[in-house]
Amino acid sequence: MSDTKTPSRLFRLWDSDIAYSFRQSPLAIISGVVALVIILAAAFAPLIAPTNPYDPSSLNLMDGFTPPMQENAFTGSTFLLGADNQGRDVLSTILYGARISLFVGFSAVIFAMVLGITAGLIAGYRGGWVDAVLMRIADVQLSFPSILIALLIFGVARGFIPPSQRETMAIWVLIVAIGLSDWVQFARVVRGATMVEKGKEYVQAARVIGVNPIRILLRHILPNVMGPVLVIGTIGLALAIIAEATLSFLGVGVPPTQPSLGTLIRIGQQYLFSGEWWILLFPAVTLLALALAVNLLGDWLRDALNPRLR
Amino acid sequence: MTDSFLSVTNLTRYFDVSKPWLNRVLEREDKTFLTATDNVSFDIRKGETFALVGESGSGKSTIAKMIVGLLAPSDGTIEIAGRRIGPDDPDAIRTVRRRMQMIFQDPFASLNPRWRVGDIIAEPIRTFGLMSGNDVTKEVARLLEVVGLSATDASKFPHEFSGGQRQRIAIARALSSKPEFMVCDEPTSALDVSVQAQILNLMRDLQDEFGLTYLLISHDLSVVRHMANRIGVLYLGRLVEVADSKRLFVEPQHPYTRMLLDAVPDLALSGRRRKPVTGEIPNPINPPSGCAFHPRCPLAIERCKFEIPEPRITPTGTAACHLVDGDIQQSVTGGTE
Amino acid sequence: MTEPLLSVRDLVVEFPTRRGMLRALDGVSFDIAPGEVLGMVGESGAGKSITGAAIIGLIEPPGRIVRGEIRLAGERIDNLPPEAMRRIRGKRIGMVFQDPLTSLNPLYTVARQLIETIRVHLDMSEAEARAHAIGLLDRVGIPAAARRIDDYPHHFSGGMRQRVVIALALAAEPELVIADEPTTALDVSVQSQIIDVLKEICAERGAAVMLITHDMGVIAETADRVAVLYAGRMAEIGPVRDVILNASHPYTSGLMASIPTLVQDTDRLVQIPGSMPRLNAIPSGCAFNPRCNQAFERCRIEQPPLIDVAPRHAAACWLAEEETKNDG
Repeated sequence: MSDTKTPSRLFRLWDSDIAYSFRQSPLAIISGVVALVIILAAAFAPLIAPTNPYDPSSLNLMDGFTPPMQENAFTGSTFLLGADNQGRDVLSTILYGARISLFVGFSAVIFAMVLGITAGLIAGYRGGWVDAVLMRIADVQLSFPSILIALLIFGVARGFIPPSQRETMAIWVLIVAIGLSDWVQFARVVRGATMVEKGKEYVQAARVIGVNPIRILLRHILPNVMGPVLVIGTIGLALAIIAEATLSFLGVGVPPTQPSLGTLIRIGQQYLFSGEWWILLFPAVTLLALALAVNLLGDWLRDALNPRLR
Repeated sequence: MTDSFLSVTNLTRYFDVSKPWLNRVLEREDKTFLTATDNVSFDIRKGETFALVGESGSGKSTIAKMIVGLLAPSDGTIEIAGRRIGPDDPDAIRTVRRRMQMIFQDPFASLNPRWRVGDIIAEPIRTFGLMSGNDVTKEVARLLEVVGLSATDASKFPHEFSGGQRQRIAIARALSSKPEFMVCDEPTSALDVSVQAQILNLMRDLQDEFGLTYLLISHDLSVVRHMANRIGVLYLGRLVEVADSKRLFVEPQHPYTRMLLDAVPDLALSGRRRKPVTGEIPNPINPPSGCAFHPRCPLAIERCKFEIPEPRITPTGTAACHLVDGDIQQSVTGGTE
Repeated sequence: MTEPLLSVRDLVVEFPTRRGMLRALDGVSFDIAPGEVLGMVGESGAGKSITGAAIIGLIEPPGRIVRGEIRLAGERIDNLPPEAMRRIRGKRIGMVFQDPLTSLNPLYTVARQLIETIRVHLDMSEAEARAHAIGLLDRVGIPAAARRIDDYPHHFSGGMRQRVVIALALAAEPELVIADEPTTALDVSVQSQIIDVLKEICAERGAAVMLITHDMGVIAETADRVAVLYAGRMAEIGPVRDVILNASHPYTSGLMASIPTLVQDTDRLVQIPGSMPRLNAIPSGCAFNPRCNQAFERCRIEQPPLIDVAPRHAAACWLAEEETKNDG
């Protein structure tokens, strides 16, 4: 009976200012489509990829270095985007690689977000020495390049993990390393927003009736500071994907048996000067498109949430 | 006192407004304190409306915040329904919280924009565990109708309402824990005039219906006069006069009260003669010595510069002025009528 | 009758939004005579500040004037190029805003800002301009003006700062001063001082004032005539005494009755039900009809024009027409 009064959630979303601003921005739509296509393709890689590059039995070393759209002279196979040094289909490796890159990216950002939001909420709400300690830690961390911190954490963590586990644990270590190097952004923004919200009267109204501070933080303040968090989260996703690629390119990321986009680029650059350009180019373009699209989405989101900037 | 619901004694609050530690050390400065509330004492009787008026820096909001527990007093005591509220007795705070509520100035900030109206109003009910399940929904619907909104408004968000309607929602929330006492901090100063009357009338009706006791904080003398039984006038953190509402406007005892009355524009075009007001409120970090009003006071004598006047009994209440028993009476001319 | 200093005719200001065009001002017309103080009252969103902004050519895009004209001493100023308009602001129209800090540059001394304004608009040497500026500050009640002129804005208290702004607004000897809520941010005891200063100095220099405020008390004390805006339309305009004591529009009379005073004793205040409509939901006919206890059929269909109820006193209400008919 209340359906006529309250429109459905879906309609409210479509009708919201943010959705309207999205529809009004061609750049946002293009970025959204690009990001969505890559994310969906990566998510459904096992269904759409022509081969499974992780399955050694499906590989034929004779397929190695087959150029794109050309028939291999020995085996007669053709590959849309060519084959790499081990005869793996480049398209398939990209799809599976993007899957790993995105998994690491999303997980790292969520990890950084949870950590940063928690620290920011506590620092902003409690203030005093808690705030001072947390923010000085953040300042110290900010004075190092984040890739250096990720490398450091990665190195230290590997020292603690037995060699037999390193292969399987590598991806998790990577997520923690990138997440830890990126939490400061979230913490700072959430702290600032929390300090603003804390002074607002709706928080005072909850304090007057003695609502538990944790509940005030989670139910009152958190929903009202999520706007800027989503903006940094989106831009942070692009940064995390690039950070993962950088680490993997340096050879400290995911193992070559489970190649991410960064690993693929590392493999590809070895063959760039011998003429096998496709092994490098296609993974690199995918990484670029993904990072750019996500970044542009983040920029749009920031403008959409803060109309005064327009 | 048996008939007083709230009793405040020597309430004092200062704020540390010092520069950061490092700056203080480098610039060799001591800590600086701002005295927002200085030795304020008053009682509020059950069922009455007591108003605190004052300009910026008078400490009226600080007093309100200390009473509802948002700020801890630096000194002095607050007694509610015969129980002293303090950090040493957390149980007292818990039992008293249910019995008092607060209405805030800005209805655009006092409702969480991400919550539905129904959840906003139900928050005190749920926090105190007064009801559960379907009863809460029914109670919210009833409260919405009590404050003049409709039960279907519970599913809407605050931004769908005008300022006056939001203040009604805030009042419904305050009523939901069935309080006896409400602190109203400038409840209409963010509202348009035509809406102000609606909210003031609603507050009156609710007081009659539920026997509420109000502490009204305002800078608007005409609102205070309309609503209050007794009025306390604050200047720079000190209570300078307490008087019966109607008589305060006819026989103001403290020179500051008179100055305030002279500052109110004459809407009735009665041609009331007014003395021009002079001077501004001094910086509360470094208030004048003695009576804080003496630099602006037309009647100030030597003694006012050195000695803080104690409240004295006057025909209308109390006033903290050295001249209140003697000379001032003769110089009271006319007032407002 | 003398020629009006400012004449606004059928002014329409619209703001395009995604949900359609919002009409913030809908056919507002009024005059201000030289030296006159016109009060402009209304609730937030009624259009009083936008009227002021339209006159000085400072409507924020995407809002724009779609119809009507504004004349200053007979010359049209609503379609002037920005450069010409900038010369009129400051020289012929002075401005006082609610927050003194929006009119004062915190990085420059008061002297520098005053002298600059004076020299841009008046033909004076540096020394003459400085003397003129000190005279102005002294006139608006700043003690030890000759010394304080070299202070920065943050050295002044709120009330003193607003005095400086008034001095700045009058520095180039404008014919019109637009004061938008000049006392709202100030304490009660300072408000009356600022209003007195503004009124006196403008009267002295023959400048007309358009005083925009939500405070009827300030209007009652200051203005010669008052214009009441409601939902972007002129509800009533006339001499202050007539409008306050003998309002012809039910909105004005309701508004006056709903304000508690220091003299009357009432148990309940008269209240107008509901609130002013949002600009995207203005009812047909008279915008006030859903809240009006005297509304009849015609009010719901046809928008009333301003109808003269007395000399110089007009109200946009069909009841006013009835009355004038009965009288005639």
